[in-house]
Amino acid sequence: MDLANDLWNWLHEYVQFTIYSGVKALSILLPLFIVVAYYTYAERKVIGYMQIRKGPNRVGPKGLFQPFADMFKLMFKEIIIPTNSNRYLFIIAPVITFAPAMAAWAVIPFDDGLVFSNINAGLLYILAMTSVGVYGVIIAGWASNSKYALLGAMRSAAQIVAYEIAMGFALVGVLMVGGSLNLGDIVNKQAGGIGHWFFIPLLPLFFVYLISGVAETNRAPFDVAEGESEIVAGFHVEYSGMTFAVFFLAEYANMILIAMLCSLMFFGGWLSPVPDLVGDGIGWLFGKTAVFMLLFLWFRATFPRYRYDQIMRLGWKVLLPVTILWLVVEGIAVYFKIGPWFV
Amino acid sequence: MIETVIFYVFAVSTVITATAVVTVRNPVHAALFLVLTFFTSAIIWLSLEAEFLAISLVLVYVGAVMVLFIFVVMMLDINVARLREGFVRYLPLGLLVAAIMLGLMLSVVTSDVFVLDLASEPVPKPADYSNTKALGGVLYTEYVFAFEIAAVILLVAIIAAISLTMRKRSQTKYQNPTEQIRVRKADRLRVVKMPSEDK
Repeated sequence: MDLANDLWNWLHEYVQFTIYSGVKALSILLPLFIVVAYYTYAERKVIGYMQIRKGPNRVGPKGLFQPFADMFKLMFKEIIIPTNSNRYLFIIAPVITFAPAMAAWAVIPFDDGLVFSNINAGLLYILAMTSVGVYGVIIAGWASNSKYALLGAMRSAAQIVAYEIAMGFALVGVLMVGGSLNLGDIVNKQAGGIGHWFFIPLLPLFFVYLISGVAETNRAPFDVAEGESEIVAGFHVEYSGMTFAVFFLAEYANMILIAMLCSLMFFGGWLSPVPDLVGDGIGWLFGKTAVFMLLFLWFRATFPRYRYDQIMRLGWKVLLPVTILWLVVEGIAVYFKIGPWFV
Repeated sequence: MIETVIFYVFAVSTVITATAVVTVRNPVHAALFLVLTFFTSAIIWLSLEAEFLAISLVLVYVGAVMVLFIFVVMMLDINVARLREGFVRYLPLGLLVAAIMLGLMLSVVTSDVFVLDLASEPVPKPADYSNTKALGGVLYTEYVFAFEIAAVILLVAIIAAISLTMRKRSQTKYQNPTEQIRVRKADRLRVVKMPSEDK
């Protein structure tokens, strides 16, 4: 033990910092990968039961090893690079989608003070990181040298630009009532039971955020970038094996991120709904996140895909006016210091 | 020490990527290099403790403006061979612009007003200092008129751009979603009862 201690102290300060941060990052990302793996399993099971089927039940007891079977299959498949595609951009596109999806987790607080990086502008950082992810989709679509992929990329770009504005405005509402860009501060401002949570004064903004969150992650009913009935698989039609798996991983990590952000910003994160009976804790956050994660699957099982022009109409002509209107209402509420929220 | 290393790494990559924007042939590559330039300059801004501006740069320019740029550039049918023509023709004009820019920059850098010695080394702010709050405070009190004038100018620009491009064309077919939703089965479907025919 002394030897290990000496060895640690002998290392340079920067090396120590790098190792320490690396361990912290891995302790977030490794559980995230496991959750992603079982989220895909849950998706197939849940949608299966909703459609009165069984879902995967062959690999392992009740199909529990299915995610690993899928993972190994994808890992050992050949990566095919289309002729006349842009080789370098084709390979780098999944990485560009994946990296911001992982980087956004750096500012997510899991409990009071339990956060990788407690920065002031946390909310802004998350918004910036999630908006960078679209480049992977656009580059993938363009570099594939395929009409379907390009169409998917075009749709995705237009959709992201439309919904990001609504999403940003919804977050401005959270910022106004929370009085901070730091996610930990925003959660702590909601302390005092379910009546103090922000979803009550921000109900329209919560729905706007949830809808644009589903649109930003390219999930059904807004999955026109993939649109398998019209453009085969959209931007990732030419991707196979591990390159496809990386897109897949990023999409599911983003879904979990949106679910967790919903519970942090609107539903009090790790705070208990009845603080007098049950204490706060990380379990509350995971429970709330799980409910929103289920919603994503439920949407997919229930709603038919939106027509592309109707997606644009919803984003620009419905969600955006709703958010702007509610910001005005909120401004009045802040001015008159209404309720337990705007004090 | 580490700040200096970070500065030089990202300053050099900013210069390299910015040069690549104007030298690469393919417009999509050029736009992507511009994205990279925004990224590296955002990191330099971060090292200047301007975290709000740095993240806004990524959010606004990388996340929105450049997406639109690439959206447009990707749809252009570009003939790369034609892009290579006219280099010599535009060379004198290009050199003139470059010389003027260089002269302006040199006059700024070498003048007495902007000498580094005049300013003392900035003191790093404490960790709980909020750049966002400070910026908002100044923007909405001291510079509120300039800020609002800028906002109105942008609004005028938006309206002007829209009114320039919006024209009614007779061939274009518009969809009216309210009408589409209000359609009932009886409006479009007619059930015809026919007796079965003998062969």
